[in-house]
Amino acid sequence: MKITIETLIKNIHDYKAGERIELSGKIYTARDQAHKRIAALIDKCEEMPFNLHNACIYYCGPCPAGNGKIIGSCGPTTSSRMDMYTPKLLSSGVKILIGKGNRNEKVVESIKQNQAVYLLATGGVGALFAQKVKKAELIAFDDLGPEAVYELSVEDFPLTIGIDCFGNNLF
Amino acid sequence: MRKINSEDIILQIEKMCADVNYNLPCDVTGYIKSLVKNDKSIQDDILLEILQNVKVAGEEHIALCQDTGTVNVFVKIGRDVTVTDNDITVPITKGVERGYKNYFLRKSIVSDPIERKNTKTNTPANIYCDIVDGDKIEITMLAKGGGSENASALKMLVPSDGWNGVKHFVLESIKQKGANACPPLIIGVGIGGDFASVGLLAKKALLREIGSKNINEDYNCREKELLEEINKLGIGPMGLGGNITALAVFIEKKPCHIASLPAAVNIQCHSCRRKTIIL
Repeated sequence: MKITIETLIKNIHDYKAGERIELSGKIYTARDQAHKRIAALIDKCEEMPFNLHNACIYYCGPCPAGNGKIIGSCGPTTSSRMDMYTPKLLSSGVKILIGKGNRNEKVVESIKQNQAVYLLATGGVGALFAQKVKKAELIAFDDLGPEAVYELSVEDFPLTIGIDCFGNNLF
Repeated sequence: MRKINSEDIILQIEKMCADVNYNLPCDVTGYIKSLVKNDKSIQDDILLEILQNVKVAGEEHIALCQDTGTVNVFVKIGRDVTVTDNDITVPITKGVERGYKNYFLRKSIVSDPIERKNTKTNTPANIYCDIVDGDKIEITMLAKGGGSENASALKMLVPSDGWNGVKHFVLESIKQKGANACPPLIIGVGIGGDFASVGLLAKKALLREIGSKNINEDYNCREKELLEEINKLGIGPMGLGGNITALAVFIEKKPCHIASLPAAVNIQCHSCRRKTIIL
């Protein structure tokens, strides 16, 4: 089922764990070190590199773009490493999380409380995901190299609802 | 004494970085193809995605996975060959630097485990050298992702634990973290040696081709037994359920102390990126 990020957020109650979707819209890459920095910015009430309200975060550190390409291989990384930061990000407005693998209980609870959703991407197929990225822009933490934050415009990203807004978990 | 120019080694390693990251070995692709049932299950969908990804990566010259890994290089140097200018680790390191830069591969190495500053060259690589007979140099590269490495484990068992203890340890490790390591997995098991060497045994076990038999018949049976039990765990591709959790189990063993039974499990994701060349 093809769907935009706006529609998914608006009708978040309609999507149940296990459903497959093809998601389009703007997503932000952030993994370990970017999470550490974003969490610190939240604590200090400082300006964010992107608006967290209704944001979609993708746990991904892409390969550099080859000649004439928009982006390199860009599949998901293991989500559980971000678990300790995720409740803070969700309570700051983030609505959609994309990654691979299971989450801990606190994350499941926080997803329920904040009416958010966790989406699963297949790991190890980053070349397929690169084909779905129409635009990529570096927006923060350049010094982190592959762990920098990129804004990606994606079209028909193939995903599965891993944890729905009711806390139903596929794992 | 045969001489090999270190510049030739740099060029070979540079090209190898691209080959290893753009193309999956035939034994892995062939085996995954043989598991496809076309039954529209989630398990089948994921296997088909993996195969489609192999096609796209090869055609588009793009990395199979964004985690282009830590570069592990296993070198067998003949005693009748020498490298000009430098010891072999120097041209290997230079080749990795060039390969990861020129072929747009991700640089995933930080210089300090606590400070975590990216070296931006994907070096240092892990280079292991063995001296062998002959005048050739055999180089095997394994680009190993961090997620599957994080699911790996080491345990100092005791002799009374025996094979059942090893089996239990491997199964528990996979139960705990296997779902996060991008299954279907390849499982490298090291048994024996000591604390330092058992991990390397498990890593070297991952260099075997799918379908290859352990030369020791008892261990060949143990590999089959373990594979069967792992696939009964129900983890399945990407942890979403099914009976294809692992593609293969490979065991390497060595002698050990009368008090010890070291065991290590090194987990490899389905994107098993390895290649061997002989110079």
